[in-house]
Amino acid sequence: MALLEIVNLTVDFATATGSLRAVDGINLTIDEGEIVAIVGESGSGKSVGMLALMGLLPWTSTVTADRISFNGQDLLNMTDKQRRKIIGKDISMIFQEPMTSLNPCFTVGYQITEVLSHHFGGKRKSYNKKAIELLNQVGIPAAESRLNSFPHQLSGGMCQRVMIAMMIACKPKLLIADEPTTALDVTIQAQILELLIELQQSHGMALVLITHDMAVVAETAERVIVLYAGQQVEQRKVKELFENPKHPYSEALLNALPERAQDKHLNAIPGVVPGQMDRPRGCLFSPRCNYAQDLCSQEKAPLKDGILCHFPLNLSKSKKQKAINLETG
Amino acid sequence: MSKQLIKARDLHKHYTINDGFLKSSKKLKALSGVGFDLYEGKTLAVVGESGCGKSTLARLLTTIEEPTSGQLSIDGIDMGSVQSKAITKQLRQTVQMVFQDPFGSLNPRQKVGDILQEPLIINTSLSASERKQKALDMMSLVGLRDEHFQRYPHMFSGGQRQRIAIARALILKPKVVVLDEPVSALDVSIQAQVINLLVELQKELGLAYVFISHDLSIVRHIADEVLVMYLGKPVEQGPSEVIFNDPKHPYTQALLSATPSTNIKNKRQRIKLTGELPSPIDPPNGCAFNPRCQHANKSCKISEPVMDTFGKSRAACLALDEGRI
Repeated sequence: MALLEIVNLTVDFATATGSLRAVDGINLTIDEGEIVAIVGESGSGKSVGMLALMGLLPWTSTVTADRISFNGQDLLNMTDKQRRKIIGKDISMIFQEPMTSLNPCFTVGYQITEVLSHHFGGKRKSYNKKAIELLNQVGIPAAESRLNSFPHQLSGGMCQRVMIAMMIACKPKLLIADEPTTALDVTIQAQILELLIELQQSHGMALVLITHDMAVVAETAERVIVLYAGQQVEQRKVKELFENPKHPYSEALLNALPERAQDKHLNAIPGVVPGQMDRPRGCLFSPRCNYAQDLCSQEKAPLKDGILCHFPLNLSKSKKQKAINLETG
Repeated sequence: MSKQLIKARDLHKHYTINDGFLKSSKKLKALSGVGFDLYEGKTLAVVGESGCGKSTLARLLTTIEEPTSGQLSIDGIDMGSVQSKAITKQLRQTVQMVFQDPFGSLNPRQKVGDILQEPLIINTSLSASERKQKALDMMSLVGLRDEHFQRYPHMFSGGQRQRIAIARALILKPKVVVLDEPVSALDVSIQAQVINLLVELQKELGLAYVFISHDLSIVRHIADEVLVMYLGKPVEQGPSEVIFNDPKHPYTQALLSATPSTNIKNKRQRIKLTGELPSPIDPPNGCAFNPRCQHANKSCKISEPVMDTFGKSRAACLALDEGRI
């Protein structure tokens, strides 16, 4: 049985200019001990989708889904009180800005032991030893003296380690990392990613890695989900996606990387991600797509084999012919 | 040989830090011993982690700040010997800058047209209609349309805003443009558009770029020459292909191996860098990199390395000098 199962998740925001659909029908299943990456540009709904799962969205949002189940429990029809027993304990989340996601008014030790006493009961102080153990685990030198430091006394990389220590304190079954390394330097990024994978393997937890960096995906994840403007456009094994992308957007994203440029000219994707006002009628990627045909701008793209496209790329010849026959016939 | 536009020799910039009036003040060496040459139509990339002095270098080149010591000449004129304000003003037009964050670097209360005309009002005596024509020409050069002239920055996307910032930098016809992380705030697909624009403009106008970045895959794509810095000091310097294919300094090697790659077929062996960048107020003795270096020995902790030539590039490393690596 899958650890996490999300079917047809949709998130709408009520804004002054009308309803804005940030996430549009995402399906996601995650097995135990798996690393799944979610990639997309800003505004693609990658963070909002996960925040919806955590129940962290503001009141202006409406979350609907056919099913959200975690470890056999239905998260959708749960009371907030019941949900809070799972969130932070079995599912936890690391955010992008380590400096701003820790509370500047409390010491690192306070914040870690608070999590433990909240979920397991007992006095905060009684967890000090455990907190030192956790800090050692995430590679913070002189952990004992660090318990009394405030977040501003630590560097960005150290803060992110504290954040990770806090999140793995309750031995979660699922850890969601929302751009955990975007604000950090490359050498620190390498350290943090390595730490996350190490913990994932030793704790046997599942890891969801939200990122916009294709290279990070290639180096860490097993499975990848590509989002565009709130829709899930491709869901594949990482190796297959990089060797043989089937959605034009995935292909364009890969081709835009400097590493894949043939000469001084990069293969940029023309235009920008559609906003609230200029959402195309048919396939959302059609105005920027190299392969777009008349049909693409008129009808919504169908979802087939995890690919949301009228004319998926790199299909075997017979399949392609079949697809064209279907469209024309 | 194309024209030399910037010649920097042994540049130093120290800041004094006062830690309360009873305590003695400390020296922060933001930049020490940086030197390079920049020629017309070429790109020098400056790479390093945060706090390595990349942005301080940018401030010196744009003459926002003066170096504590060292020689800096721009377009053949030595900055140290310049007395008259007119020449300084002239030199400031020669070097222009594009900043990292296109959301913060444009005045939200100015229209695009005003943003582009302001440098002309201050520095030239053109008439209003000439100024407008110039601004419109520049807008079409960077791929903005005429109707954008009357719009405010908030009406644009990040990529378009960066185009406005580039247009503003180019309107005084500079010879050198300092690009301080110009694409790191942008999405991947937009990044490629802006990089393409920069490459085209360089070809068309013969600009020289000082490209400051921490993204090595972009640096590899755009740079002719690379300067790697660590804690305010240059550690390796040389032609781009030499640095990327045959890095000499242990720090450059570590930096390259830490950069994730999309090549999933042959994964590289990672060089693990432990620890973090030390504080520039209290740098380690000897080589600044020694606490994190896997080749460090006793002598690295005592004496400071200087830049020496190794093959086609130059590096500052005692282990290299002594032939230990």
